[in-house]
Amino acid sequence: MTPTTLLRVAGSAARRLLGMAVTLLVTSFLVFSSLYLAPGDPASFLVKGRSASPQELLAIRQQYGFDDPFPVRYWHWLEGVLHGDLGRSYLFHQSVGEVLAARLPATLLLVGVAALLIAVLGVGAGIVGALRRGTRTGSAVLLLVTVGAAVPSFVAAIVLRSVFGVQLGWFPTIGNGTDLLDRLHHVALPAIALSVTFMALVTRVTRSSMLDELRREHVEVALSRGLPRRTVIRRHVLRNALGPIVTVGGLLVSGMLVSTAIVETAFGMSGIGSLLVQCVDQLDFQVVQAIVLLVVAVFVVVNTVVDLVHPLIDPRVRAAGGAR
Amino acid sequence: MPILEYEALEVALPGMARPILDGVSLSVAEGEAVALVGESGSGKSVTARAALGLLPAGARVGGQVRVGGAELIGADADTVRAVRTGKASMIFQDPRAGINPVRRVGDFLTEQLRLVGGRSKAEAEARVLELLGAVGLPDPPRHLRQYPHQMSGGMLQRVMIAGALTADPRLLLCDEPTTALDVTTQAEIMAILRRLQREKGLGLLLITHDLDLAAATCDRIYVMYAGRIVETGTAAELLAAPRHPYTAGLLGSSPPLHGELTRLVPIPGSPMSLAQSAPGCAFFDRCHFAQPGRCDQAAPPLAPLGAGMVACHRVDELANSAAQEIR
Amino acid sequence: MSISTSLLGNPLGALRRIGGGPLTRVSTLVLVLFVLAALFAPWLSPQDPTFGELGNNFVAPSPEHWLGTDGGGHDTFSALIEGTRTSLVGPLAVVVFATIGGIAVGLFTAWRGGWVDTVVGRVLDILFAFPALLLAILAVALFGKGLTAPVLAMAVAYLPYTARLVRSLTAQEKVRPYIAAYQVQGHSAVFVALRRLLPGIMPTVLAQSTVNFGYALLDLAALSFLGLGVQPPTPDWGAMINQGQAAVLQGEPLSAIVPAVAVVLVVVAFNVVGEHLGDRLAGRES
Repeated sequence: MTPTTLLRVAGSAARRLLGMAVTLLVTSFLVFSSLYLAPGDPASFLVKGRSASPQELLAIRQQYGFDDPFPVRYWHWLEGVLHGDLGRSYLFHQSVGEVLAARLPATLLLVGVAALLIAVLGVGAGIVGALRRGTRTGSAVLLLVTVGAAVPSFVAAIVLRSVFGVQLGWFPTIGNGTDLLDRLHHVALPAIALSVTFMALVTRVTRSSMLDELRREHVEVALSRGLPRRTVIRRHVLRNALGPIVTVGGLLVSGMLVSTAIVETAFGMSGIGSLLVQCVDQLDFQVVQAIVLLVVAVFVVVNTVVDLVHPLIDPRVRAAGGAR
Repeated sequence: MPILEYEALEVALPGMARPILDGVSLSVAEGEAVALVGESGSGKSVTARAALGLLPAGARVGGQVRVGGAELIGADADTVRAVRTGKASMIFQDPRAGINPVRRVGDFLTEQLRLVGGRSKAEAEARVLELLGAVGLPDPPRHLRQYPHQMSGGMLQRVMIAGALTADPRLLLCDEPTTALDVTTQAEIMAILRRLQREKGLGLLLITHDLDLAAATCDRIYVMYAGRIVETGTAAELLAAPRHPYTAGLLGSSPPLHGELTRLVPIPGSPMSLAQSAPGCAFFDRCHFAQPGRCDQAAPPLAPLGAGMVACHRVDELANSAAQEIR
Repeated sequence: MSISTSLLGNPLGALRRIGGGPLTRVSTLVLVLFVLAALFAPWLSPQDPTFGELGNNFVAPSPEHWLGTDGGGHDTFSALIEGTRTSLVGPLAVVVFATIGGIAVGLFTAWRGGWVDTVVGRVLDILFAFPALLLAILAVALFGKGLTAPVLAMAVAYLPYTARLVRSLTAQEKVRPYIAAYQVQGHSAVFVALRRLLPGIMPTVLAQSTVNFGYALLDLAALSFLGLGVQPPTPDWGAMINQGQAAVLQGEPLSAIVPAVAVVLVVVAFNVVGEHLGDRLAGRES
């Protein structure tokens, strides 16, 4: 890489990181101000449903600086968030950070296993669908994609729980599990339920991206040079088809995180998703706000990373100077 | 023994009115340069690809194609691979489409040697650097690390030629190798191809729509129309005295390479698509000399005439005079 | 519009005119049936779905209870029919608001161009980071359970998709000669945009909205499934699945499976019909 290309790559990376910072700032502002959309007095909204003494209300007023001008309040809040202070949960009588930290590992395991399933089975089915186009297998993949995209995680959860949990008794139907093996045993059905819709989307993208690449002339050239078909598919078709697959994968992250709310609730698991539902249900707005911010932030960060990685997947992007 | 030999090759797609190739016979001897000339859609590219066992998916195929004595039609995968990795190579029209844009140029050049030839990376690179020198690419080691989009079309076509030579083929198939390049580069690429062909004594089949280029580069020429060979002969003969009205038309419709520009006479109409078929001569609708009741009854056979062969019902009457006139 | 009017005359003929493969026709039929069920629910449902007969719970399908009863003795078939209303009205509202809003934003930004276009484009980009279901959940946290707040929140979440589509279509159309011709004739920009340009791009926008309808239905059903959307005893598919969960653990999955199948059927049908509309438009253009 020449120094000028290096400079250009660094420049475009810097621009993307700056863009990410701005997006995060704007989203944090939106999430922060949402509190003031709630009907009534914000202080009493925060302790809604629980009896609060005038002293407690006063304490909240001071903590949130409700008497300060709006930008000052935002600035204080943002300062706290940047230092890891996400407020206090009135439901658990803990700091929001502690509440989240206790439930994060379970959700990470769930999302991780689901992502693995999506990457292996989704991409695999897409490859088969493209290579076997026009055959019985190819049509079966298309049918699975159409149905899979329409099976919401709560339906998948009900069916999986009913068949493999209750009828066959192969998997536990509730809870998180204790040691690692037990946790994996518990997370299997939820992870499948979580991955169905997204797997269908990834399969569809992989299939169409593979089909686009299969038509390229350089594929014929590679075949004309006597390279085995399998090698050509791996080195020239799949490799070139990766760009759209990774991009779509990044876009699915937020949807997956939100769907953990459904899956964790359906399987009685304790995690960030079920916490969100519980806190909406029991009016613990601080926690809700923190989770919304977390989901959006993860989405923004992941997609910035995807953008940054893209030139490695497709060197032509590098030449374009990272222009969108 | 010819290095490349087609015998009555027939390729047809189901649902089409006429076959893509209809009884194509053609041969290229070792060390001989032969051109196959025709408009786009005439089937010349399909002919060339057949020599590497690359046929349209779902096509019905008849006849024979032999490369270095090995029969390709109905051959098993090993035979096809042996032809592709040691007997014949193809240079494609557009190097920008023909070389994977997301891999390095060095990767394209060495992959055949490494993945099929079983050479180590170092061996393959040494061989490739030598070939890059032979095709006149300056500073070869630097280009190995570049991506295709970082090189010009002319340089990439040199890479494509070097890539075609890595397996030491005896036959070079060139499918419009200069069409995608700008004019100044075209001459350079053709000069490189001719030099390599002579030095190594390769058989060369040049696919082109440009009869003048074919005549300037090759020993013999086949003219193809609607999936059939309509005229063949030595380059000098064909250029001086074309006998098929289509060949004459091709000469009339291209600006002369040397000398003053005379008025261009385009061939009227457009070539026949695969969805059309005709009981008689396929060129009937566009021919100045077509005689209803004769030319549209049966397809003219390719018959010997002098040193070459022509497929035209009226070739004797027209002789040289009429064809000369249209020129 | 033309589909419903011609349906009154010759239902089968209308179905045939829709074209497409058998999958498209079956999907259209499924949608028509569910819309009819929603329109005539009170007359179609054999029993009152809010009336639970104690001691009559988990009855297997029978002539009296076509799809059996749930754990509270409610007739599942009747609940399914009555639930069609809330389950379809919610997504309809989301799509109508998102489409109108998206058209307004898209037309305006593409017509104005310049910095307005850039700024609004950036804001829409940021909105993409908020999944519809997350915004809906946030709306429930702020305004309480029910359908109104989540529907409005989801309309905001779906708006960028329509807006982006309308923006790019308008940008393409705006440079065509016929638009300039209308403007030369002295028609106002608003008139040209709404009466001349919009009708041309409307079919493509509606194809997108049809697909959006399916996704909105999924999101709202998920919300009700979480117990945050439609509240019992109002019949709703998502809420039915939620109620049926406990029964699944008791080995009586039917009352949860029935509404689940309905959700999947309708969403598949909307996707198939929406994609068919999109394909047909693409085919017409090429």
